[in-house]
Amino acid sequence: MASNTIKIRVQLKDDLAQVKALIKHPMETGLRKDKKTGQVIPAHFIQEIACEHNGKPVLNGMWGGAISTNPYLSFEFRGAKKGDKVKLSWVDNNGNTDAIETQVS
Amino acid sequence: MNDKRRIFLRGTLAGGSLAVALSAGLVAPRQVLAAWPKDAFGAKTVGDAAKGILGTDLSEPSGDIEIKAPDIAENGAVVPVTISTGIAGVKSIALVVEGNGTPLAANFALGANTAANVSTRIKMGKTSNVIALVKTADKVYSARKEVKVTIGGCGG
Repeated sequence: MASNTIKIRVQLKDDLAQVKALIKHPMETGLRKDKKTGQVIPAHFIQEIACEHNGKPVLNGMWGGAISTNPYLSFEFRGAKKGDKVKLSWVDNNGNTDAIETQVS
Repeated sequence: MNDKRRIFLRGTLAGGSLAVALSAGLVAPRQVLAAWPKDAFGAKTVGDAAKGILGTDLSEPSGDIEIKAPDIAENGAVVPVTISTGIAGVKSIALVVEGNGTPLAANFALGANTAANVSTRIKMGKTSNVIALVKTADKVYSARKEVKVTIGGCGG
């Protein structure tokens, strides 16, 4: 599964799989103003992020606008083997969505 | 005669695709909004945010939660934060920024095999405490760390 917005790497260290992901997203809070026009820039941020290991959920995040532009996320989980599938997906407040699937290395 | 048929066909085709687009476009966000706790993320105080996301604003301070964040963040738009804890049976970790207009930044629900160790980057409007709320099956534990912000990251 190809993705234009997510970069992900899952590395096995001892019995922990380390997930590191970088997502391309503006993460607008809806509070900022355009300096030139004075217009409020509408909110546009990722609300939900989900990670699955071999189809089973390992992490489910709810985000607000306070997560930085181009969000970074990293976490660890147990019970993974080399070659296992890890899927990461996000949904933003406009209903846009993207997903990527990678393998534990 | 033929022309009219073409127009009629085009009309129904456009209508059909519009309906498909509408149903695809409308169903997905509605599911999202149902799951995403709007009240908690819109809350103006730490207590309301905690109530919205965890159901309670009571928490027990714990020395077993580590918040890794810079003491001084030069750029409030990108403040790296890592929350880890040795507490057993963690169900979720919420990240709250006391000084932000809407304090709740994120809530992570962890699977049974997921380590209680999550890193991300957040925006901070001004110098304030970063609060971690760690929820187990029956209790909420908390820890805080002050981060000094020299340039705020929440406005123009």
